[in-house]
Amino acid sequence: MTITEKILARASNRERVAAGDVVFANVDKVMVHDVSGPGVMMVLRELERRGKRIEKVWDPDRVWIAEDHFVPAVDKIAAENIITLERMSERFGIKKHFRYGMGQYGICHTLSHEEAMVLPGEVYVGGDSHTNTTGALGCFATGMGHTDIAYVLMHGKIWFRVPETLLFKLEGHIPPYIMAKDIILKIIGDNGTDVANYKAMQFAGSAIAEMPMDERFTLTNMTTEAGAKNGIIEPDERTIAYVKERTDRPFKAVKGDEDAEYEEVFTYEVDKLEPIVAKPYSPANIAYARELSSVEIDKAYIGSCTGAKYTDLLEAARMIKGKKAKVRLEVLPASQSIYMRALNDGLLSIFLEAGAVIGPPTCGACCGAHMGVLAKDEVCISTTNRNFPGRMGHVESKTYLASPKVVAASAVTGRITDPRDVVG
Amino acid sequence: MRGKVHKYARDNIDTDVIIPGPYLKIMDHNELAKHAMEGLDREFVKKVKKGDFILAGRNFGCGSSREHAPIALSYAGISAVLALSFARIFYRNAVDGAYLLPIEVGEDAYNGIEDGDELEIDVERNEVRNLSKGKVYAMKPFPPLIKRIVDAGGLFNYTPE
Repeated sequence: MTITEKILARASNRERVAAGDVVFANVDKVMVHDVSGPGVMMVLRELERRGKRIEKVWDPDRVWIAEDHFVPAVDKIAAENIITLERMSERFGIKKHFRYGMGQYGICHTLSHEEAMVLPGEVYVGGDSHTNTTGALGCFATGMGHTDIAYVLMHGKIWFRVPETLLFKLEGHIPPYIMAKDIILKIIGDNGTDVANYKAMQFAGSAIAEMPMDERFTLTNMTTEAGAKNGIIEPDERTIAYVKERTDRPFKAVKGDEDAEYEEVFTYEVDKLEPIVAKPYSPANIAYARELSSVEIDKAYIGSCTGAKYTDLLEAARMIKGKKAKVRLEVLPASQSIYMRALNDGLLSIFLEAGAVIGPPTCGACCGAHMGVLAKDEVCISTTNRNFPGRMGHVESKTYLASPKVVAASAVTGRITDPRDVVG
Repeated sequence: MRGKVHKYARDNIDTDVIIPGPYLKIMDHNELAKHAMEGLDREFVKKVKKGDFILAGRNFGCGSSREHAPIALSYAGISAVLALSFARIFYRNAVDGAYLLPIEVGEDAYNGIEDGDELEIDVERNEVRNLSKGKVYAMKPFPPLIKRIVDAGGLFNYTPE
């Protein structure tokens, strides 16, 4: 069995499962945020209206809450949704609630690994599509809507069709101008936005072994853009060390069997990759950054669960150090702890001296919510994950997706720029 | 089920065009319905009638896990979406929340059905009948679990064996 199959077999109390089996699996952790949480509460209210008595959730210690999409509260409706979350955690005794303005908080997917809310080998479902991110810890992590999440809160289990696994072997050494973002954009561009629909995307190979955890999370994060049910990487020493730095709780790391069956194996030689950008309006619409050097931009955005982890900020800061941004530059660290570390390490000074505005941790403009939404015809290069029409604002705005290095290089020149072409 | 079809002959109709991000904070279903398909067709909500269908290409509903997407379509009047394929979260949201039926059809139906055609969908016989053109197409049968959840009226009404 693959790692995904082994985790789902354990969670559904079976000796074995195979791709295509439908199982009801026990869930180890579940997450809601300020969009899915109020949706869940609406489902529960409707059940109560129909006569069901709801006194508790199945296990409040396995539930956690993030405030990330519309925070700090954008308007009255957003503020009410935050109050709904407050009432939810109070009513059900949910202790892990990361509140903005009260210490550590941030984008749910970043907290999931930064705070070790989820452990290797677990089944984790979240009310957000980029829940796949957490799979880089070697867990089964997948996103769902609020009815499914409400069902998990009541019953502690949910149905899954065991996915086929596509194995992506990343071999060789990663060149200094290449980041995980370039790799995942290349994979999506080559294979399409539905190559992994209903399937698992697993990453392995020598390039994974040398890849820092933050970069691995970029790979699994954007498996969502390939349609994947989950993205996953088998845990290695680096994974175990990362988790143990953050928690004392015991866990059982799982790896796939030697004879695991993969539906298809793709091999990429990372040494040969060039910096890549996804043009509007699809993450699969890729071109080399150098092919787009005539594209003028209005804004550079460094944010989101995809592109505002500590390593993302560090690489962007290295690129921009001592230079001025020629266009509007926004930096929104993905969590409060990353924000503080970037402050203490001097990264924020580098961005501020370049002219950037630093925003609070939030999903912000990535989903067109607030904090730098785009106008008609505005062109943005962004470290985020989607560039559908209207994703970051007006339906005729244009978002180019790229690595933090490419975004920082482009901020310096005012055009889409390969990091190798920035001098001085 | 019987209604008129609204055809969008394209792949990858994503959740951001079905219901744009800024509306995610809205929980009122009827309010969401006012903005259904806003990123693709601002006339949609004016022309759609209760029971109507959407026909589209591959990977319908890709992108976010927002249940707002099937909710907005359902409350705007859509009873089923016919597509060459569906993104996984949209599919399970539509079924588990019992908002609308996600029906996979083949290239024959996709190419043969035109915008505005009157359709009848028979999920017991797995048939899509084009009443305007007098043609019958096969739909892909629901997998057994999906059929049971559909018949129960959503995941909360379904009792696992």
